Amino acid sequence: MSDSVKRLGWAAVALLGAIALGIVALKRGESINALWLVMAAVCCYMLAYRYYGLFIANKVLGADPSRPTPAVRRNDGLDYVPTNKYVLFGHHFAAIAGAGPLVGPVLAAQMGYLPGTLWIIGGVVFAGAVQDSMVLFCSMRRDGRSLGDMIRSEMGPVAGSIASLGILLIMIIILAILALVVVKALAGSPWGTFTVFATIPIAILMGIYSRFIRPGRIAEMSVIGFILLMSALVYGRNVAEDPTLAALFTFKGEQLALIIIGYGFVASVLPVWLLLAPRDYLSTFLKIGAIVALAIGIAIVMPPLKMPAITQFIDGTGPVFKGSWAPFLFITIACGSVSGFHALISSGTTPKMIENERQVAFIGYGGMLMESFVAAMAMVAASVIEPGVYFAMNSPGAVIGADVAQAAAKISSWGFLITPEMLIETAKDVGETTILSRVGGAPTLAVGMAHIFSNVIGGKAMMGFWYHFAILFEALFILTAVDAGTRACRFMVQDMIGAVYAPFRATRNWTNNLIATGISVAMWGYILYAGVIDPFGGINSLWPLFGISNQMLAGMALVMVTVILFKMKRSQWAWVSGAPAAFLLVCTTWAGLLKIFSSDPAIGFFALANKYSAAMAENKLLAPAKTADQMAQVVHNNMLDGVLACLFVLVVVSMVVYGVASILKARRIDKPTAIEVSGPVAAE
Amino acid sequence: MLDDLKMIKDRLVQMSRLMVGIPDYDAYVAHRLVNHPDQPVMSYEEFFRNRQDARYGVGTGTIRCC
Repeated sequence: MSDSVKRLGWAAVALLGAIALGIVALKRGESINALWLVMAAVCCYMLAYRYYGLFIANKVLGADPSRPTPAVRRNDGLDYVPTNKYVLFGHHFAAIAGAGPLVGPVLAAQMGYLPGTLWIIGGVVFAGAVQDSMVLFCSMRRDGRSLGDMIRSEMGPVAGSIASLGILLIMIIILAILALVVVKALAGSPWGTFTVFATIPIAILMGIYSRFIRPGRIAEMSVIGFILLMSALVYGRNVAEDPTLAALFTFKGEQLALIIIGYGFVASVLPVWLLLAPRDYLSTFLKIGAIVALAIGIAIVMPPLKMPAITQFIDGTGPVFKGSWAPFLFITIACGSVSGFHALISSGTTPKMIENERQVAFIGYGGMLMESFVAAMAMVAASVIEPGVYFAMNSPGAVIGADVAQAAAKISSWGFLITPEMLIETAKDVGETTILSRVGGAPTLAVGMAHIFSNVIGGKAMMGFWYHFAILFEALFILTAVDAGTRACRFMVQDMIGAVYAPFRATRNWTNNLIATGISVAMWGYILYAGVIDPFGGINSLWPLFGISNQMLAGMALVMVTVILFKMKRSQWAWVSGAPAAFLLVCTTWAGLLKIFSSDPAIGFFALANKYSAAMAENKLLAPAKTADQMAQVVHNNMLDGVLACLFVLVVVSMVVYGVASILKARRIDKPTAIEVSGPVAAE
Repeated sequence: MLDDLKMIKDRLVQMSRLMVGIPDYDAYVAHRLVNHPDQPVMSYEEFFRNRQDARYGVGTGTIRCC
């Protein structure tokens, strides 16, 4: 194709993007079609990739197509393998895609779809995809070393240790909050609980099949697993409709929390081939399949967005989470725009398989754009359902009460008209007893997905099936993340304690295994349980903490990349990573400090704790607490959350200090000081 | 045309396998035969177990995103 034709094509994309974005941003009063939102996102992604992603790889980082990558230099056919870029893109995307980009936008939808959509698009273009591709590049230049290792070697051992501690803390928070999302989705839902429980024997069967009966036949075992899973999903309706069976699978939040804690321990201690690996296979394929299906579903159904572009809750008084859009919008939508966790993935297996340095843009930047697209679709799913239903599902019981008439009146008073009959009808459609206060994002997303899918296949009669399919797909990959994360945590704990007591590092030792796994499970399990019994519902205090920690990790990764740019003597481009790093660090510290010091009990952890302990001293009960124990629980939880927020702020501040010190040091030396590896490797 | 379709199918299969941490076995065998002709090559079953253990072993391999 000639250059002028290409240029014309890009001009067309830009024009289409501008029109779509204009409609999304400016249309008020009447609902717009979801396709406009999707089109605005896709056009922005294409332009960003072409004009910024490639610029970062080729100009800023100086990717050199003639320089052998680790995959080429160390090729062993196992870890280091030069891999086709489309194949590797799939691998990388499957590793970064998770529950985060699905949940965050759902919570942020309380402010309307516009603020969240703008941050999903803007954040990924200038921060998220920048981080993913630059960390991927840095790790690739260092034979695929991990983020912690790179911070240690480029910024010194103390910065490295602080970063490792930060990473462990983040893992703990993420595991706790993800498990909390599952607990909230399954509590009181026998259909969902039965299906999710059924995944355990199904996975064990698949594990035995692929270990002994037909070793290594992934496709066969996945098909068998999928068929069994769908049968369990269909049969789940019978379980829910049979009173005796339903009672067996109806659990309260506390019971589910204990079950998940026990399960997390067992699953990560057992040999991986038996439970963890087969579940991982099922959840990976189901996840990719569900994402593709959602995209196709939106394209076919073309649903109108019922949520207003901006709601009155932009001022920070919303029921889903408190705090105004700045900084809390940037904390709430974490994974879909910027996810610090991706810095760990980008310095994991992907850098060991890149064929050519130039492909960093396609895999790192492009992979993250795809993740952002998933977040945009989650925003669509949350905005196509009735806003009244959205608020009924996402407001804590403390705000709307536990009775449909009361809840409908309360939500209608906010301007989102809804009748008690509509709430009952929706619950019946999706095969649940109630949809009130199903917080955590997953159930709302499931209703949105069921709304879209049932318009393609099955109509209203299939809505319950699709709702539970969506719950199953989220719960399945969250639980896989919980087992795998517990295992990763266990190795981190072993490594940290091993630094003091060397024999503890031996990973094949069963005593070490049990102790380190126990410590990991105890840490996230404690926070999970505290969240489950929190009278305020847990999600609205824990999710900001998760967002802060995730964005903080992204900030740390971008600080490291900026340091490396200075050390490579490419400081003229330092703004590319420096500006988003500064933005994220300001946002997280600002949000963190508000959470610590705000005197408004709706926002400050300590302010809320003080309010409740003052009331306890006078023997008073404050809603939503109904007993003195619950009062004490509110105080305890908020003290715990406050201390964690303090720790995060300290980690952020110390990383900034070490970052600035490393930059100043690099500037004093007039030659490149980045520690990269290149050249031939000694034969193994 | 048919060759293109076959290539796309092969790549999709490779992608699905790599998504769950199993790299291309043929590439592994080819690599061993060229670079280490005197050493034994793992059978597909051994290769599968080796990769499965590696995926959930020490290091960042086990980290899934949020």
